Amino acid sequence: MAKIIVVTSGKGGVGKTTSSAAIGTGLALSGHKTVIVDFDIGLRNLDLIMGCERRVVYDFVNVINGEANLKQTLIKDKRVDNLFILPASQTRDKDALTKEGVEKVLHELAKDFEFILCDSPAGIEAGAMMALYFADEAVVVTNPEVSSVRDSDRILGMLSSKSRRAERGEDAIKEHLLLTRYNPERVAKGEMLSVEDVQEILAIPLIGVIPESQAVLNASNSGQPVTLDQDSDAGQAYLDTVSRLLGNTVDFRFLTVEKKGLLKRIFGG
Amino acid sequence: MSLLDYFRSTKKKSASTAKERLQIIVAHERNRRSGPDYLPQLERDILEVIRKYVDIPADQISVSLEQRSDELSVLELNVSFPDEKR
Repeated sequence: MAKIIVVTSGKGGVGKTTSSAAIGTGLALSGHKTVIVDFDIGLRNLDLIMGCERRVVYDFVNVINGEANLKQTLIKDKRVDNLFILPASQTRDKDALTKEGVEKVLHELAKDFEFILCDSPAGIEAGAMMALYFADEAVVVTNPEVSSVRDSDRILGMLSSKSRRAERGEDAIKEHLLLTRYNPERVAKGEMLSVEDVQEILAIPLIGVIPESQAVLNASNSGQPVTLDQDSDAGQAYLDTVSRLLGNTVDFRFLTVEKKGLLKRIFGG
Repeated sequence: MSLLDYFRSTKKKSASTAKERLQIIVAHERNRRSGPDYLPQLERDILEVIRKYVDIPADQISVSLEQRSDELSVLELNVSFPDEKR
């Protein structure tokens, strides 16, 4: 049985696509056949973050409309085995995704893949609702900042009332909190909400904390999912997150300020 | 309290202010979400009626529906009237 995981947030710019790319890559690295589906119709960006923007021929909407089949449309990652991308369309209108069409495509993908990661668009419009509708689990990407936390709470409301599981009265979507752009130094100064603060407000289990890191921008600049930068703090934090998603218990890292030695203070680093 | 402490305590504040504000707004919005769809309209209508007699601002009224048990729901109406002396 394939597991459908939506990566969502409500608010834009908090790291949904970065996280989808990083988690999808991590799952594939762990040997699980994974497809990342870009639900952001009209504003596709997953291809760019994954570095396969020049290999897009057909897209999600083409498949729904029967203009191409999945085999023609899926882009196989060149770096990682078991990893595929289903790109969003760039030009079509947002209503191109129908519930029936999406269900058909997900059903088809489920025959072949262990994990289907749905990269949700921002907002609470049709596209975001479609991305979460069929989900078994949800990764709610949140920044330690007031508007992001509030929007995440709204999305949690949607997950528990507007999903197929909710409509059918099945077990609720399993929700995970992924805190991104976390800056322990600012938290220590009392300038940023802490992990505990955000957890207390949203009241869902924590799956990962990604430190604010130069590695994330470097990764997107070069079209490499940050998980492939395994020396970086963000890359390691995403790998920890993937491991937790797979059911392992992993200690949280990068939550506290790294104490700098005298030499580091003088020479930097 | 020394001058230094004063600056420290004001610095500490923004994250805890954020937390307090979030706790209030999130609780408010969750309450609204869990209630029936007609609740916001009911709140507006009640506000209109009261405003015919007393001038109160919109945030001085709150309506909530609490499910006490399977058979009993309680509609709670809270209106803060302005201070008469002012």
